[in-house]
Amino acid sequence: MRGARAKYDGLSRTTRVSIEMNAKSASPPEATILFRQVTYSVNGNASRPIIDCISLEIHCGETLVLLGRSGSGKTTLLKLINSLLSPQSGQVLVQGRSTSEWDAIRLRRGIGYVIQEGGLFPHFTVAQNIALVPTLEKWEAARIAKRVEELLTLVGLDPREFAARHPHELSGGQRQRVGVARALAADPPILLMDEPFGALDPVTRAELQHEFSNLARRLGKTIVFVTHDLREALLLASRIVLLQSGHIVACGTPQEFLQIDHPEVKAFAASLGAFTNGAARDTVPGAPV
Amino acid sequence: MSPWQFFVGHRAEILEATVAHLTLVLLAMAIAIAIALPLGMFIVRRPALRNIALGVASVFQTIPSLALFGFLIPIPFIGGIGRRTAIVALVLYALLPILRNTYVGLSGIDPGVLQAAEAMGMTQSQILWRVRLPLALPVILAGIRTATVITIGVATIAAAIGAGGLGTFIFRGVAMVSDAVILAGAIPAALLAILADVLLARLERHLKVA
Repeated sequence: MRGARAKYDGLSRTTRVSIEMNAKSASPPEATILFRQVTYSVNGNASRPIIDCISLEIHCGETLVLLGRSGSGKTTLLKLINSLLSPQSGQVLVQGRSTSEWDAIRLRRGIGYVIQEGGLFPHFTVAQNIALVPTLEKWEAARIAKRVEELLTLVGLDPREFAARHPHELSGGQRQRVGVARALAADPPILLMDEPFGALDPVTRAELQHEFSNLARRLGKTIVFVTHDLREALLLASRIVLLQSGHIVACGTPQEFLQIDHPEVKAFAASLGAFTNGAARDTVPGAPV
Repeated sequence: MSPWQFFVGHRAEILEATVAHLTLVLLAMAIAIAIALPLGMFIVRRPALRNIALGVASVFQTIPSLALFGFLIPIPFIGGIGRRTAIVALVLYALLPILRNTYVGLSGIDPGVLQAAEAMGMTQSQILWRVRLPLALPVILAGIRTATVITIGVATIAAAIGAGGLGTFIFRGVAMVSDAVILAGAIPAALLAILADVLLARLERHLKVA
């Protein structure tokens, strides 16, 4: 616990609150991902860091939503986890090891990644896309085929109908489902999702959000989910972290979040109200009643 | 003498010239692809080098072909009279379309696809061979097609420096003021160009996914 004490001091007030809450449970959950005073700026431009000395613990099995406006640094924070970016100072620990010590390829194959529009390979079939990591890991063909079928079923697509299609023969929602299946292919313990439902029409988005929220509960993976949509955050998160200009300004469970007294939280809450005519609190799952 | 009579009378000679012409084109294209494709892959992430390479290749394209053949004759090793010089000139002409399309094809790939590839744990060489090149292939092939059609045409002028091929008939016909003899060179050359264009276009369509 001595190490944890040092980490604790680096955290913002609101993060501490949540850690204390977690500490009350019988066995404290282990941190799968740990940010230790991480700073990141483009081209070493230290005067305007995108991530400014952030410390954050992400626990095993939680769905942590990184919420923030465009340019708040949430995608950057995500990319620091799978070493697509490297911190200028501080450390990012994944499963107890600094990302600078990890072999980047090994690290990434153990972390699923889903982005907006899916990022599917247009020249691969759906089955080949899903089989990407297993193929790179040289699984046997029969095992890969079985896994692809399992995953397509898991994300609600009929393998017989979809396995042989190419991404351009799918709707946006179907592409996104394949993107999720591909990320889950090698059963990674961690899943990173960068506004995965951002490009979908509202109806499809709501469908996928609900399905994914069920899926996430069943899979028990550690999920880090980036969004600028508070409604989505409230629906999916076990914990919401709000970023503003590279700082964590608020952190809490969906129940706690809307009651946090911070102007940026209020701004996000107001955006929710603007869309739903003030009825947000009654209709948003997880919102305090 | 009608063109048809000349064709029939000289069919062995025309066939021989066509084969020689095709050999010139294929050799030049093979060398041009061997240079431009790796160079195009190399300049994708090097903006300074890219401008130089594309600039130099563009300059070659602007030199009138007859002048280029003439310039090359006095140059040691690659110059002189004959096929070798002609091939060098044809390669210089073919470089730009292949180089430019390789660069455009490789740099025009959806950044989301490349990011996903990297994030899923593909190595740089896996990304190049399994993602970038297959996706760029139709564009690269379009460049090869353009270059092939250009080379078939320009190769007729190579006869001026003694490289043989279908240009032999054209130059002879001009000297004799005989349409029949000119057409004996021009028609097979045009047919070759059309054939190459159609076949490569078909291959291109076959490789294009979306």
